[in-house]
Amino acid sequence: MTAWTGTARLVRLALRRDRILLSVWLVAIAGLIYGVISAEVALYVDEAQRYAGASFGAENVMSRIFDGPASGTSLGAMSWVESFLVLGVLVAIMSSQAVVRHTRLDEETGRAEMIESSVVGRHARLTAALIVAGVANAVVALATTLVMVGSGLDLSGSLAASMAMAGVGMTFASVAALTSQVSTTQRSANGLAVLAIGIAFFLRSVGDALGTVAPSKVEVIVAWPSWLSPLGWGHQVRPFHQNNWEVGLLYLALCAALVGLAFRLSTRRDLGAGLLRDKPGPVRAAPGLLSPLGLAFRLHRGTLLGWGVGMAVMAYAFGVVGDSVDDFEEVSPQFVEFLEGLYPGAELIDIFAAFLMAMLAIAAAGFTIQSILRMRAEEASGRAEPVLATAVGRRTWLGSHAIVAGIGTVAVLTGMGVAGMLGYLTGGGDLAGGWSQFQASVVFIPSVLALGAFVLVAFAFVPRWASLVAWGALVVALVMGQLGELLKFPQALLNVSPFTHAPKVPAEPFEALPLVVLTVVAVALGGVAFWGFRRRSLAIPA
Amino acid sequence: MAEAITTMGLVKHYGTTLALDGLDLSVKTGEIHGFLGPNGSGKSTTIRVLLGLLRKDAGEVRLLDGDPWHDAVALHRRLAYVPGDVNLWPSLSGGEAIDLLASLRGGLDIRLRDELLERFQLDPSKRCSSYSKGNRQKVAIVAAFASDVELYLLDEPTSGLDPLMETVFQEVVRERTADGRTVLLSSHILAEAEALCDRVSIIRLGRIVETGSLDEMRHLTRTSVHVHTARPITGLGRMAGVHDLVTDAEGAEFEVDGDRLGPVMERLAGFGILSLTSTPPTLEDLFLRHYGDELATLGGNGNGKGKRDGQSKRGGGRP
Repeated sequence: MTAWTGTARLVRLALRRDRILLSVWLVAIAGLIYGVISAEVALYVDEAQRYAGASFGAENVMSRIFDGPASGTSLGAMSWVESFLVLGVLVAIMSSQAVVRHTRLDEETGRAEMIESSVVGRHARLTAALIVAGVANAVVALATTLVMVGSGLDLSGSLAASMAMAGVGMTFASVAALTSQVSTTQRSANGLAVLAIGIAFFLRSVGDALGTVAPSKVEVIVAWPSWLSPLGWGHQVRPFHQNNWEVGLLYLALCAALVGLAFRLSTRRDLGAGLLRDKPGPVRAAPGLLSPLGLAFRLHRGTLLGWGVGMAVMAYAFGVVGDSVDDFEEVSPQFVEFLEGLYPGAELIDIFAAFLMAMLAIAAAGFTIQSILRMRAEEASGRAEPVLATAVGRRTWLGSHAIVAGIGTVAVLTGMGVAGMLGYLTGGGDLAGGWSQFQASVVFIPSVLALGAFVLVAFAFVPRWASLVAWGALVVALVMGQLGELLKFPQALLNVSPFTHAPKVPAEPFEALPLVVLTVVAVALGGVAFWGFRRRSLAIPA
Repeated sequence: MAEAITTMGLVKHYGTTLALDGLDLSVKTGEIHGFLGPNGSGKSTTIRVLLGLLRKDAGEVRLLDGDPWHDAVALHRRLAYVPGDVNLWPSLSGGEAIDLLASLRGGLDIRLRDELLERFQLDPSKRCSSYSKGNRQKVAIVAAFASDVELYLLDEPTSGLDPLMETVFQEVVRERTADGRTVLLSSHILAEAEALCDRVSIIRLGRIVETGSLDEMRHLTRTSVHVHTARPITGLGRMAGVHDLVTDAEGAEFEVDGDRLGPVMERLAGFGILSLTSTPPTLEDLFLRHYGDELATLGGNGNGKGKRDGQSKRGGGRP
């Protein structure tokens, strides 16, 4: 028996367990690439427009931070700059979570103990996890190439782009191999990996922002911090522009170093143990925790903070560019035409604010759904049972979570509004425009609450399906709200989404009635959920 | 209130699976009542119905003179529950979880809590995520016994505890019930029930098949006797209530029904007893009387008098 005995079997087991999850990732990533290229084709009809777009992106600091360094005017390169950060972050999350799932999570749940007690070598589990990540990234790279070539881009550029995708994926798979050795829980191993992704994002945004525009005016020469970031390297490959293959060596070297370190650490620790010690917690509970509401707040607070900060940063960024929308006129008349078509007669600047905030509001509903589904997690894991066996009634328990989710929703959307306003003022806009940003966000509060109440009903009546119903509802809302009008869906279908009914301030005049109706619907659905939850058995494993 | 818990004809289905099949359980106020049965026999389901966490499909349930479904909150103030599989919030410390559960029940005796932490040797500053199964179980036990309640519903509370902690647990239960509190203790550890319980009920396939005090139950079963006598024993085989008799020149081995022990002893005396050992039936013997056939189909020595393998037996129920 060697240190790797059993690796092949573990790889098969992992692929069997992940077959659906990884397929979803793959389809999502491939679909996104296809969508971005199609959008770029539609936005820029000729070289002149692409030149205008690329030079705008090269000059604009916000574009540099959120897209990356402009790399010429070819369709492929512009699509790459436009989409790589999102793709890179997605593939990094996919890869790091896969590795954590098959290393630290297995140790945490005790599955690893059973596996390692059988004929399995010391390094087999970690190796298998990395191989699984490797397989996933290879398939993603293949799909990237196929989609890009299929969209009419040239083969060598497509291969260079695929290399960058796989490079980022494997780098963060290696990072996760390391964080899985360090932390004792899946949660913190994933958290550290996401932190690493965040640092990589930050480093390259600093480097890209501090970069200089090349004499061609359509290319940015980045500053050194971008070269410290694996995400930055993905831009430096500059597919469809320079195809810098040698950047692949950076990925190889970093992966090798991280994986080597992870294996070293894994042999120095016991199964189940980590290198980071858990800090001791309080011996006594603070008085604030000792109520159903206190517990609910404690359980939701991390989620709330993450979403609140994340959405505020996005809203701020959109606010900053909000004032420069008039520049789009020359950059992309198609995009402007599309926007103006949404709300004929409104000012472009208002349409832009309404359009972006509507997108952010649907994204923010992710917080609401996640926090309401937390109840299902509490129930399914058996943590709700001891609480409901105390003097906490069903209504109180459901109410505490619903209140925290509801107030959290109001806080996230209000925070988005304030951040959008501040961003707009930072970007040189006036106070009235800033106020519009604020309104554009908070006007969606009743819509998000109505969606949340719907999820609450699903939890109350079909607990085992609640998660599927909830995320399905969000997808429907997204499709109806953002794409429905584009795809010319019938109005009856669009009306299914609560987002359809909110007035798109400031592009549309403010109307109180739909908001009142949405609020009433939310309250009524909430009432139904309370009634239903009081009447059902807990859905817990017997 | 003579009875803390009464169920009559309790029925509960999970989909098409019948979990409780007309369960009649009666727990007197002030007693420690053992609720015995293997995994999957319906113990946890019964307790969850008693807590109003699951809806009954049919039958009657009374708990502390109330309806556990409709009066759940009011009743829960008067009872404490230890689940069989304790799951806690990974980010909370053990101390926080104890304070929280006891406070939500309506009262926490800090002095008692600290004393229990000491006795169970539980470090309350550790995160729940880093506790072993036994330590999570201790968190629930401490939270339950740090509350001043009338009734304790304990669902296999000592699973995962080491023998030392099991002894501490038994001491704590005895202390807390000295002043008339009631305990329903579900278990498949028969030694624990034997040590603690005033009365026991044996559940099988969702029904109570035997209930009563250990003495009453023993009376209904046989005692094993091993005797050495000065003269060879005669005529024993003709006596009523004597079974499985083996005699030789020096004495005999047999089993005798509990209520026929007196006459048998009188007859033995006439042969000059040199030594005599009698073994009363253990709870395990009682238990296996009801599960012996199942053991036989599982490939055990299904004579209903099996020895130590009773505790490792598993019913084929849900996980």
